[in-house]
Amino acid sequence: MNTRGLGSQLKDSISVSELSASAPFGNHDILRRGFSCVKNELLPSHPLELSEKNFQLNQDKMNFSTLRNIQGLYAPLKLQMEFKAVKQVQRLPFLQSSNLSLDILRGNDESIGFEDILNDPSQSETMGEPHMMVEYKLGLLLSGKPQHGGRTREPRFDRRAGSALSSI
Amino acid sequence: CCTQPGIPRGGFSFENCQRNAFLESSLKGLRVPRARKTGTTIVGLVFEDGVILGSDTRSTNDSVVADKNCEKIHFIAPNIYCCGAGVAADADMTTQIMASNMELHALSTGRKPRVATVSRMLRQMLFRYQGHIGASLIVGGVDITGPHLYSVHPHGSYSHLLFTAMGSGQGPAISVLEDRFKPNMTLEEGQQLVVEAVTAGILDDLGSGSNVDVCVITQAGVKIQRAVSTPAVVSKRQGKYGYPEGTTAVMKETVTPLALEMIEETVQTMEVE
Repeated sequence: MNTRGLGSQLKDSISVSELSASAPFGNHDILRRGFSCVKNELLPSHPLELSEKNFQLNQDKMNFSTLRNIQGLYAPLKLQMEFKAVKQVQRLPFLQSSNLSLDILRGNDESIGFEDILNDPSQSETMGEPHMMVEYKLGLLLSGKPQHGGRTREPRFDRRAGSALSSI
Repeated sequence: CCTQPGIPRGGFSFENCQRNAFLESSLKGLRVPRARKTGTTIVGLVFEDGVILGSDTRSTNDSVVADKNCEKIHFIAPNIYCCGAGVAADADMTTQIMASNMELHALSTGRKPRVATVSRMLRQMLFRYQGHIGASLIVGGVDITGPHLYSVHPHGSYSHLLFTAMGSGQGPAISVLEDRFKPNMTLEEGQQLVVEAVTAGILDDLGSGSNVDVCVITQAGVKIQRAVSTPAVVSKRQGKYGYPEGTTAVMKETVTPLALEMIEETVQTMEVE
């Protein structure tokens, strides 16, 4: 198994709560994250971890690719445009958006899977950091990450989401 | 969809896998709790008017019987039922999710559900989880295209058959079926054969036991019978194992009366019709 790319795929490349301890020797929050171990951050701890993380993404890519092969380029292009348009409609930062239109476009509104039953985000026991999130969204963080959406250069973590079109 | 990092998503969480691996490797002699399997015999066959499904009712936890009378025949749609073997919780949750999805699908398409749809949805889901969801299922039903029987394995493979058996007791069961199955049997013959097949599994496999449940699905409707037969009855004790009074000699006897005082008395009248 090629493990070189795994590390970057495994962690959300921008994990907002870790930015507060940005120094390499900064306090590692043992209570919330468990013991630190380099191996844990490079290799997935469960064979399904990576595939589940990217599942929706891969499904979309596969569907668009099939659609392109059957119906030509315009079909997935138009759908992707609709997806992008619908993803823009979000609530204020840190609030959970229902993403109803996105679910409808994907067909997820008519099916029930484990993502609807287990770990419902609205019932999550932990809370993120609202201030960090708002700063990140507005591009005010010290690391100078650009704003989300509406620019030509996509930030590193968005490369996977945005590359679906370029891979067609 | 969640393109925003740091926000919780639904679905399986693998947070504890690292911790578990760490604990298992550092604490010697730690017995990790295992999921409870059903250790089952489930059987299905197609007869002239429809489909008959049969199952035993024992659920095991390693070598201890966890449930003597559990239900292994699950509802998916009014005309489709499913027997589940493997890890009990996985089979239960999977069939519940399938039932919900079939209802939504039927409402959305406006058509009655088909067995092929259930089988395909199951396979897609089980393949997605690469066999980690340990559910082996026999799906049977009568739809607009006729009676169908599918067996689906945990990794997502399937077979479309006229008779099948799954679970730890499938060896004995399938041998009975192979010997006596004929296409287009009558209801009585079919039910008799199903009961015999499950009984073979109950008698010859330690993971199966208790009673036989049967479910008959036809165009007209569904009939589920719990405990159609109980092959292995607990035998009566052969002799008396108690000791007659006076076997042990009494050396001394002391009687101490307890001084009790009545503090409060309440009378509550019962409503008797």
